Amino acid sequence: MATIETHRTPVIARAADGSATSQKLQRTWDGKPGLGGWLSTVDHKEIGKRYIVTAFIFLLIGGLEALAMRVQLARPNQTLLTPEQYNQLFTMHGVTMIFLYALPVLSGFSNYLWPLLLGSRDMAFPRLNALSYWVFLFAGIFLYCSFPLGKAPNDGWFNYVPYASLAYNPGPNIDVYALGMVLLGISTTVGSINFVVTLARTRAPGMSLNRVPILVWGTVTASVGNLFAVPAVSLAFFLLWMDRQAGAHFFDSTAGGQPLLWQHLFWMFGHPWVYAIVLPAMGIVSDGLPVLCRRPLVGYTAVALSTVTTMVLGFGVWVHHMFATGLPILSLSYFSAASMTIVIPSAVAVFAWIATIWTGRPVFTTAFLFFTGFVLLFVIGGVSGFMTAAVPVDWQLTRTYFVVAHLHYVIIGINVFPVVGGIYFWFPKATGRLMNEAFGKWTFWVMFIGFNVAFFPMHILGLLGMPRRTYTYADNLGWGTPNLIVTIGAFVFGLGIMLFLVNAFVSLRHGRPAGPNPWDASSLEWSTSSPPPVYNFAVIPMVASRYPLWENRLDDGPDRSSVGTGLVLDKERETIGTSVLDAEPDVILKMPGDSYLPLLVAVAMTAVFTCMLLHSWWGAGIAAVATFLGSVGWLWPRRALAQIET
Amino acid sequence: MAETFIHNRQLPVGSQGHLASGWWGMLMLIATEAMLFAYLLFSYFYLASHALSPWPPNGPPSLRIAVPGTLILIAGSVVMWWGERGIERGKTRRLIVGLSLALVLGVLFLVLQGSEWKGEPFTLRTNVYGSLYFTITGFHMFHVIVGLLVLAVLLVWAARGDFDANRHSAASIGVIYWHFVTIVWLAVFFTFYIAPRLG
Repeated sequence: MATIETHRTPVIARAADGSATSQKLQRTWDGKPGLGGWLSTVDHKEIGKRYIVTAFIFLLIGGLEALAMRVQLARPNQTLLTPEQYNQLFTMHGVTMIFLYALPVLSGFSNYLWPLLLGSRDMAFPRLNALSYWVFLFAGIFLYCSFPLGKAPNDGWFNYVPYASLAYNPGPNIDVYALGMVLLGISTTVGSINFVVTLARTRAPGMSLNRVPILVWGTVTASVGNLFAVPAVSLAFFLLWMDRQAGAHFFDSTAGGQPLLWQHLFWMFGHPWVYAIVLPAMGIVSDGLPVLCRRPLVGYTAVALSTVTTMVLGFGVWVHHMFATGLPILSLSYFSAASMTIVIPSAVAVFAWIATIWTGRPVFTTAFLFFTGFVLLFVIGGVSGFMTAAVPVDWQLTRTYFVVAHLHYVIIGINVFPVVGGIYFWFPKATGRLMNEAFGKWTFWVMFIGFNVAFFPMHILGLLGMPRRTYTYADNLGWGTPNLIVTIGAFVFGLGIMLFLVNAFVSLRHGRPAGPNPWDASSLEWSTSSPPPVYNFAVIPMVASRYPLWENRLDDGPDRSSVGTGLVLDKERETIGTSVLDAEPDVILKMPGDSYLPLLVAVAMTAVFTCMLLHSWWGAGIAAVATFLGSVGWLWPRRALAQIET
Repeated sequence: MAETFIHNRQLPVGSQGHLASGWWGMLMLIATEAMLFAYLLFSYFYLASHALSPWPPNGPPSLRIAVPGTLILIAGSVVMWWGERGIERGKTRRLIVGLSLALVLGVLFLVLQGSEWKGEPFTLRTNVYGSLYFTITGFHMFHVIVGLLVLAVLLVWAARGDFDANRHSAASIGVIYWHFVTIVWLAVFFTFYIAPRLG
């Protein structure tokens, strides 16, 4: 047997699509056809698209739940829903939107875009990427498994004890939530590891850390945040499950436990998570908006640093969710002040976007409207957040609709609007076709007006004292008219989402062909064809600036990136590994091919949790062994990956 | 020009030492696992600080088993470090010896922990201290078991002759995880066995 090469000097050459090099790459990287290929693919572009589509399906489910609640609340004393049904609907609405839509949709964007932005061929761990998707999908289904039985989680998405304890909630509702969240945590964790290592190790040569797009900064910040924060919530849910099913006493005040421990663990996770579901979306805007303003982002370094600063501060503010729990005043003062300092990095980003628009030559495309709409909603949501960061104001407003208004301005404003804008922006890259612009602008106005009509009056309802999570209200409280307006707005917003989806579906077939770079943008993904070939780049580009495709017109120094000419890596699946800070090449990485193992391991893991839910301990043990065997097979050293030489 | 820093550079190919992506992935896994234990120990100290009755309820736990257990885990990490240094110089046999000794020591630790568990007068259900003790040491034992499985698989691969001086990333990745299991035990040991004696 020939020994595996241990060293090579990479050849630098010119290669375009259609060249001999690219044909060889096509054969090497192309997946199997048919169902087998679909189930075994590890291509980041396929996985990214799946993440986005799946997250949007969950968005629709969560949206239908919201509309059911809005019909119930449209008038006083309605009886469409029972209190228990309402509890399950608002819980599943929150769980779905926050855990099954908001982060996964951003993971989808980053999975699809990262290797293209970074000039690489795939994520650092392609099979782990597939595992992350499958576990997300199965955890989402798991969380919904008791919904048809009328036994869905029913204690709100933050699931406070003691109502979540066995004594007050004896059904399977909370166990489904607890185990489902631990399972979902595995997906989030492996996905985050993948992003961090991909950034650290697989950028194109020359793409030093201060040259990566802001979306990359946003996602890597969110991923590091997740690695530090997700263990808190997985642990909290596991301890709750131990309390409920094994007779432990962590949250049981009759045996030395503390109900507030739940709130601490949950919000130690919960607040960083809030930034995890917005920072990548802010990155979408920071990269997309400047292209549509025909200039580089104002204050790249300040925006990148403000992204990281927001997350760092985000770990020190969790108690602002607990101002009304009777903690010492000194503690409240500290956390109030810490929460207010988050205004500073947020303002840095907002002023950078405004300055970019102000000093640019804006092109009023649909994506531009969504990005600028986001800036406005972010400011409104930021101001209401600043208000509730003040302890006395929070004591008045907590548990009212004011908080509901705030969190929807933040999450829809900073997540949904950039995501929809981002899809208008990158849809042509992923599909080769443009979405309809005229229709898109109408869609924006329907969504924007519907959103504000739906959520702005909630501020007023909160100030009028309407508590959140109440299934109905009496007619003499003066809440009827604002609630009716909110419901009308919610349906208009829902209509806007439907219009957007119609545009996407129709454009998929009938959109105008896009070409490689329809927006005349600056980053590497626009240098490949639309949609990109399976291997992304025929040769690995070499990067000399932040804006590789704009260097000639920016005239920013003598260095020029090399895009059509670059490293030829065509012996089996290969990409380049580069150093962490300066992106100097230091290894030629062998990449794994398509595999069924991620799917099988995900099935086995899900079986472990399903058996635990059903108290089938033998089944859980067998599934755990299957998970272990699958992992061993996955990691078995392979010659093709140059892990062994003999 | 961009090409200048790349021309005529010989680059390693494939999985080599700390250049392997898996090495970086393992460091990230250890970071998130370390946070898991940090949150576990936070829960311990939070509940201890709110305890109305004496803490721990039965006085500080005995060191009779825990101290030998701790020394055994440290010894396991030392022999593993020695074994890994061996394969870096191509000495497969030294790696095999290191893995086998670490496996034996790890199993011994589990046996000792099991006997301590058996001897405790309280259970998980007795009070919140019992819940914490069995859950946190149980979490650690679970990590020891995973670590032992990793070492066992590495032993199989080493015995097949899969590793040499160039290609042994899997061994380095498994060994760093084993060191983590040892270090995190030191934090658990300090929390349960030493901290109550400091008060």
